[in-house]
Amino acid sequence: MKRGYIEIDRERCKGCGLCINVCPQKIIRFSEQFNTKGYHPAEQYDPEGRCTACGFCYMMCPDVCITVYKIVQPVRGDAK
Amino acid sequence: MEYNVIYKMPDALSKKPFTYCPGCHHGIVHRLVAEVIDELGIREKTIIVAPVGCSVFAYEFFNLDGTVAPHGRATAVATGMKRANPDLVVFTYQGDGDLAAIGTAETIHTANRGERVTTIFINNAIYGMTGGQMAPTTLLGMKTTTSPYGRSPEREGYPVHVCEILKELKGVAFLARTKVTTPKDVLTTKKYIKKAFLAQIKNLGYGLVEVLSTCPTNWGVPPIKAMQWLEHNMVVEYPLGVFVDKVGEDK
Repeated sequence: MKRGYIEIDRERCKGCGLCINVCPQKIIRFSEQFNTKGYHPAEQYDPEGRCTACGFCYMMCPDVCITVYKIVQPVRGDAK
Repeated sequence: MEYNVIYKMPDALSKKPFTYCPGCHHGIVHRLVAEVIDELGIREKTIIVAPVGCSVFAYEFFNLDGTVAPHGRATAVATGMKRANPDLVVFTYQGDGDLAAIGTAETIHTANRGERVTTIFINNAIYGMTGGQMAPTTLLGMKTTTSPYGRSPEREGYPVHVCEILKELKGVAFLARTKVTTPKDVLTTKKYIKKAFLAQIKNLGYGLVEVLSTCPTNWGVPPIKAMQWLEHNMVVEYPLGVFVDKVGEDK
């Protein structure tokens, strides 16, 4: 089960790579496609579900194109 | 499974794409300012005074009212706004060519009068918008288009340390120098920006946060290398830290 994931606004991204550099799990990479500005935007490649929703990529993104989602932890006792 | 949004674009930013170069730290600082404005709940009464420089369109990117001041005069314009409408929160967003070169007089006297305005000062050691000329904050030996053999103290003088100059003035309520190259620094910077706004809201005096920033385009290096260069050179010349803090630790 994925603990978290990110969404990157492809058109806003300028492909600077700061999020790729800072990601502790190294699960962000440059897309092979171009966006309309001609940059290779960043994309999350996380087949093993390693994203912890730490938010480092969001904090370093200079173009504010990352939205971070974190799993809602079930409250203990509610599982029944 | 259910997922919650934990980080997203703050409401105080308009959705317009930034016009800055890839990897420029302006965007990070814009976001931090917007987050602080959202947290303090002052979006409806905040006014931004944009400078001349790369961030001349800053008022477009914020979901705030704003204006542009003539080169270097942002703090003077902000002074007038704040004195005419003391209930508003007024902040200026200036670069080093604007604040430390042509606007030195305005900056020093605004700080000395203890005007209730806040300044976010982006120090990237170069003139960005005009194409990489030497700024007063350019490091010794640094090559720019107007100091092609490197800045030498005999010809161009020494780098200006804005925080060290302003810290002696009595009107300053919060003064800090920081950087935004790691997530930890980003969080620290956010704390400082919040305090600089609180200095104004609590009617204590002038608040200034100097953020060391990269300019990958004019330094001529890729964004990641620019951050390493900043860590190894600029932080040595411009030591980080809080210089004046009359705000205190409470919220």
